[in-house]
Amino acid sequence: MATDYRKMWDKIGLDLDAHGQLMQVLPPTYKDVYLSQSNRPDSMEYFDFVVSEIHGLRIQELQEHKSNGGKVIGTFCVFVPEEIIRAAGAICIGLCSGVEIGAAQAEKVLPRNVCPLIKSFMGFKLAKVCPYFESCDMVVGETTCDGKKKAFEILNDYVPVHVMETPQMKREKDRALWRSEVQDFVVRVEEYTGNQINLENIQRSIKDVNNKRLALLRLAGLRKQNPAPISGKDSLLIEQIAMYDDVERFTLKVNELCDELETRVQGNNGVHAADAPRIIVTGTPMAIPNWKVPHIIESAGAVIVAEELCTGLRYFENTVAENGTNLDQSIDAIAERYLGINCACFTPNEGRMEKLVRLAKEYNADGIIHCSLAFCDPYLIEANRVEKVLKEHGIPLLKIETDYGQEDTGQLQTRVEAFLEMIR
Amino acid sequence: MISAGLDIGSRTIALVELNNLETVRSDLVDTGYSPLETARALLATLPPGATITATGYGRHAAKADFAHRVVTEIKAHALGVGHFVPDARTVLDIGGQDTKVILLDGLGNLEDFQMNDKCAAGTGKFLEVMAGALGYITVEEFGRESLLGSPGTKISSMCTVFAESEAVSLMHKGVDRRDIGWALHASVVERTMGLLQRVGYQTPLVFTGGVAMNPCILTMLRKQVKGLVVVPENPQLIGALGAALA
Repeated sequence: MATDYRKMWDKIGLDLDAHGQLMQVLPPTYKDVYLSQSNRPDSMEYFDFVVSEIHGLRIQELQEHKSNGGKVIGTFCVFVPEEIIRAAGAICIGLCSGVEIGAAQAEKVLPRNVCPLIKSFMGFKLAKVCPYFESCDMVVGETTCDGKKKAFEILNDYVPVHVMETPQMKREKDRALWRSEVQDFVVRVEEYTGNQINLENIQRSIKDVNNKRLALLRLAGLRKQNPAPISGKDSLLIEQIAMYDDVERFTLKVNELCDELETRVQGNNGVHAADAPRIIVTGTPMAIPNWKVPHIIESAGAVIVAEELCTGLRYFENTVAENGTNLDQSIDAIAERYLGINCACFTPNEGRMEKLVRLAKEYNADGIIHCSLAFCDPYLIEANRVEKVLKEHGIPLLKIETDYGQEDTGQLQTRVEAFLEMIR
Repeated sequence: MISAGLDIGSRTIALVELNNLETVRSDLVDTGYSPLETARALLATLPPGATITATGYGRHAAKADFAHRVVTEIKAHALGVGHFVPDARTVLDIGGQDTKVILLDGLGNLEDFQMNDKCAAGTGKFLEVMAGALGYITVEEFGRESLLGSPGTKISSMCTVFAESEAVSLMHKGVDRRDIGWALHASVVERTMGLLQRVGYQTPLVFTGGVAMNPCILTMLRKQVKGLVVVPENPQLIGALGAALA
């Protein structure tokens, strides 16, 4: 980072020493995982820049927004409707993190054996090392899993948490519950920002966020080509950045990248050889900077062509209907879009299995790698259903359970390489 | 054509040299503190022009240094076992720090595989630590003596550290160390059976790796596996042989 942001970090309330240690970890990892890739698209330069300024320029933007009277609202799940936050003039920031930090602090309030993602966000808050967290005056939780649900009660001691009740099934009464939760959220956001949500600003917001999703869908579509014009690691990075970057600028940059990728496709210019095994990754979210398993997969000579993850297709695969003629209709259209997400918190969750079978065909995948965080019961248990359905369709599957630590890299490498030997 | 397979494991390094598919030399040494140096010393007498294929945890380091190709231990064991027992359906390999179960289709092709999680519970390392805790000088002696123990004692923890303290407290209670040894071996076999059942093992089952030479494990395993369990003559060389064949 060229600019000295320490003054800003200090003002936000970060623990500068602990934060300094965190910031030392990222650049070498990024160099190994990202900058060492060959034949990357030139347009990745923007995303490299965003990462290099992850706690700098973007935080400065958020602070400026706040000094102009704007609000910043943090979220932990792709179920929280970004459109509503944006319509009220606030900025929505995804706060999930993919690095083990502040574990000792987190363990003061959480049990030792808990989901690494939960432990990580609690650690970030308690250790005061995340400028995004510290820029948020309100965060939005949800009831997708027991761990998060109960952790939000604790988090509320440190920052106000509004919890949305996400249903566990997708029957009509569940849809009604979710609609009313989204309506309540509108009221809560209006109170919090002091701005009224109306048909005009909600329609504009729906359009902006749809455009972001469409740009990501365009990128996803290009990855169906063989050879794939972009690596899975770069794609994942873009999907992670989607959670916190400025919506309009991000959309523009993703579309610029897609323009370049289209030229690449025409020139048959891939990032991996045309005979590289094509892999779909599915499972729990991979929050930035968790690139561990994708790095192992692509270093072994395969190319990841899609992520059936919250940091992936689940985030952008459906858009909100734009034809609402009044505010209620628009809010209902938002609620409807979000209930289309195939999270393992639903029972049954057959939509996810059907999706995986369809994706394997559409993306011409040679195999699927199911990657779940340790202690994530919903995904770890649902892996059995995934295995059953994929077996019926003759799609090879490798199941991995891991966390944010690096000590199992050797074993994971062996498993992934053996899986690739098997399907080649 | 000379082809050499090198299996760089956590405890041992094995080398098998083939001349037109005939084994002309095989070696097994302790990994030591510098696996690559140990490996290089083994390769010093290799005829020039030989193709070196590395497998095991040190395979990538070897590739960066001197090896021409790498294969995973999974593929290496499948190939090595296929050479001895062409109709093998399952390979069980218990090495120094991991356990692998590999399913074969009976024609030498890999169908599925499972490995233990990141912890080395139930592997050669576990038995080595327990042998030390019970005062045996060698693991061989530990296996032999434990076979003479009687059932009845139970070790419930699979964690090496916890199991060791369980074993120590049993000793303090005056339990015969052969009975404790029996219980420790039984716990390894129980875990192994779990892994075998998870992949739906078939027989003939070929048992490889250093732990295949432990008479207590083998006897207990043969009692529980329904069907034929085969141990090749040099079970620790199978990975290196498979690499040479790859």
